[in-house]
Amino acid sequence: MIAVALAIAWRTIYKAFTLPSFLLPSLLFPLIFFLGFAGGLSRVDQVPGFDYAPGYTTFQFAFVLLQSAAMGGVFTGFNIAHDFDRGFARRLLIAAPRRGGILLGYMIAALVRWTFNIAVVFVVALALGMHLDGGVVDLVGLLLLGLLVNVVGTLWAAGVAMRLRSPQAGPIMQLPIFLLIFLAPVFVPIALLHGWIHAVATVNPFTHLLEAARSLLAGGTAGVAFAFLLVPALAVMFAVWAWRGLRSAEAAGG
Amino acid sequence: MTVIAQIGHLAARAFMRSVRQPGQLFFALAFPLVFLAVIASGLNRASALKGFPTDSFVAFMLAIPFVHGSLFTAINSAIELGRDIETGFLNRLALTPARGVAIMLGNLVGGVALGLAQFSVYFIAGMVVGVDFKAGPLGIPVLFLLAALIAIAFGAAGMTIALRTGSSDGVQGMFPLFFVLLFLSSMNLPRNLIEADWFRWIATVNPVSYLIEGLRSLVITGWDFETLALAFGIAFAVILATLMASALAFQERLTRT
Repeated sequence: MIAVALAIAWRTIYKAFTLPSFLLPSLLFPLIFFLGFAGGLSRVDQVPGFDYAPGYTTFQFAFVLLQSAAMGGVFTGFNIAHDFDRGFARRLLIAAPRRGGILLGYMIAALVRWTFNIAVVFVVALALGMHLDGGVVDLVGLLLLGLLVNVVGTLWAAGVAMRLRSPQAGPIMQLPIFLLIFLAPVFVPIALLHGWIHAVATVNPFTHLLEAARSLLAGGTAGVAFAFLLVPALAVMFAVWAWRGLRSAEAAGG
Repeated sequence: MTVIAQIGHLAARAFMRSVRQPGQLFFALAFPLVFLAVIASGLNRASALKGFPTDSFVAFMLAIPFVHGSLFTAINSAIELGRDIETGFLNRLALTPARGVAIMLGNLVGGVALGLAQFSVYFIAGMVVGVDFKAGPLGIPVLFLLAALIAIAFGAAGMTIALRTGSSDGVQGMFPLFFVLLFLSSMNLPRNLIEADWFRWIATVNPVSYLIEGLRSLVITGWDFETLALAFGIAFAVILATLMASALAFQERLTRT
């Protein structure tokens, strides 16, 4: 299984870093979001009631970190859908002795891609004056949180891709994640949201992850324990979803 | 068959091909509206900033779905053109009496026709949520015309990329560059309220800021002729540049094949 996983991971990573059509979207989107929101909206920290001590750049970095982690998983789902569409996955299903390795391979590739992408955004954020009040332990915690969110995103998208096996599945992978991400306190703290968006953000699991990430960057612990309970639970749930997707692809003969 | 008839046939083909892909169509229609809803709600507090030009953030953001819709239309048209090149359809078309200009404009016109249908949905959605359209009934055709010009400009740029790369994957790889232009503009705040100097500078040199400001002025100000003249001028200049680039790319593509 490990050999299959490593082979798939290597192929996907090689494609991701050598083909502009794979590299550019996953790298540019977090950068665009970060520059657009941290730069274009920096005055929002002057809105009465905005009280995040490290500043607006750090506030937005937390969002971009988790957004890119989740969407990185979706981009991997696009790769899986393409592999099915072009017949590669069918050959893969025939060749792989332990098919769980296929899923694991795509997950490893997604983690490598996301780590590279967020490292680039981190350097840009520091260059733009991002303040970090958290220590090394907080940053490691933040990275771990991002990696777990990436795993959840990949498992969700893999489940969809393996069931539908067509690039047409792209919007189905993308839109729910997009909604979950943006129906959270993206631009201002949750206390400053009003109306329907406040109600939705309160029950949105992504809100808890976002608040934990912002706590870690500010050197705090508020909501961190809950986030680290929530993400593994989501990972288990979506692992079952992806596994059943794989079974569905096997039943359909790829 | 006249050139106009050729354009009509190829435009109808491009239009129908998009309509027959509900996944793509739904995304192009729904995404800008969802984006409007979540951004306008999430950033509603920003309208409390001193100097903000309107007390309705939804009205301020209503121009964005028009630009988003133009972008998605351009991307989808360019991807389809990339597929036409991959499958050899463009080569077969080049062997027919169809004129080059018809082949190029047919794809573009089909995309813009779809874009106009999308714009109607965005406009109606804006009115349903209570946006007070300051330019009045006469401003509606102007809004749609400017949005259509933006769609043509993006569409011609997308066509150039498709013709240069010759593949749908190539187009998909390049499309984030369009979003760079959108996000690094005065999309979310007026330029005079952007605090970061580097961002304000980028937004000022970014032509997309002026296109957005032209559409936005019709919604929140009324008839601001200076802003509109700038927006239309830039739209025409970008169309001229991108059409010339795509004509060159088209010639080279046919020479190569």
